[in-house]
Amino acid sequence: MNAMKHVFDEILGMFVDDGSLAIAILILVGFSALLAETIGFPLMAGVVLFAGCLVILIENVVRATRRG
Amino acid sequence: MDSWATAGPAISASFLASFVEIVEAFTIVLAVATVRSWRPAVLGTVSALLVLTLLVAALGPLLDRMPLTALQLVIGVLLLLFGMRWLRKAILRGAGYIALHDEDAAFAAETRELQEAAARREAHLDRMAGLAAFKAVLLEGLEVVFIVIAVGAGRGLLIPASLGAAGACLLVMAIGLLVHKPLARVPENTLKFVVGIMLSAFGVFWTGEGLGIEWPGGDAAILGFAASFLLVGWAATAFLRRRAVEATP
Repeated sequence: MNAMKHVFDEILGMFVDDGSLAIAILILVGFSALLAETIGFPLMAGVVLFAGCLVILIENVVRATRRG
Repeated sequence: MDSWATAGPAISASFLASFVEIVEAFTIVLAVATVRSWRPAVLGTVSALLVLTLLVAALGPLLDRMPLTALQLVIGVLLLLFGMRWLRKAILRGAGYIALHDEDAAFAAETRELQEAAARREAHLDRMAGLAAFKAVLLEGLEVVFIVIAVGAGRGLLIPASLGAAGACLLVMAIGLLVHKPLARVPENTLKFVVGIMLSAFGVFWTGEGLGIEWPGGDAAILGFAASFLLVGWAATAFLRRRAVEATP
């Protein structure tokens, strides 16, 4: 049972290391999906998705260094 | 194969990411072989490879049944999570905020653990050693399988991506057999930085395709995304490194 839990934790750890980074990415994808559906100009959603990823990355590493 | 703009990055991403994962698995397998013998190391490795083969054989056909846009969206999001996690870690390591991964230290830790178990005269030591090799190969192998599927499935590039991973496996085995010690000189953080950039670029591209976005330039947009992630990653590493130096008394 412990071994299974360990394997599950490792697989989850492949995608989620810093929880706030994962949550921010998921929110960004959800927001981009909403934009693509509603505004009828999907490329704008693409720009938001791409620029959002860069902003999330910068914010996350800067915050990580402040934490210690 | 659609174009070199897609196939080239897919093969390179698969090769480089798999190289990093296989080096990590090789370190543990070598530690097991050094402390115990090659028998449990090989048995553990072969068993893990069999489990991985069964998993791929069982789950692989499911990929064909998924609608392409849903597949692109799921894989794109997973790539974003996976790639940006690597990139974040590589930036923090490059800037000196977290320690670099050290294959020599990983080898020493695994060796020490097995030697302590031997000192306690634990029964079934070979089984324990074999399990250590099994776990390492299975977990790192799962990452390789994910990377191959992620960079290959969205555009029918599974074979080139698999070839990239197989090439990495052969190269690590060849170097490992030659030097017979942990591959500590591999510039792991640089590789993770590059792979993080490529996987994040693929992640943006596939997620966008899954959302119905038609990227300007088609597949070539991946190169533009990669260049932007590279610039931001470099700038962030340089800025944080300078700040760390200035903060040091």
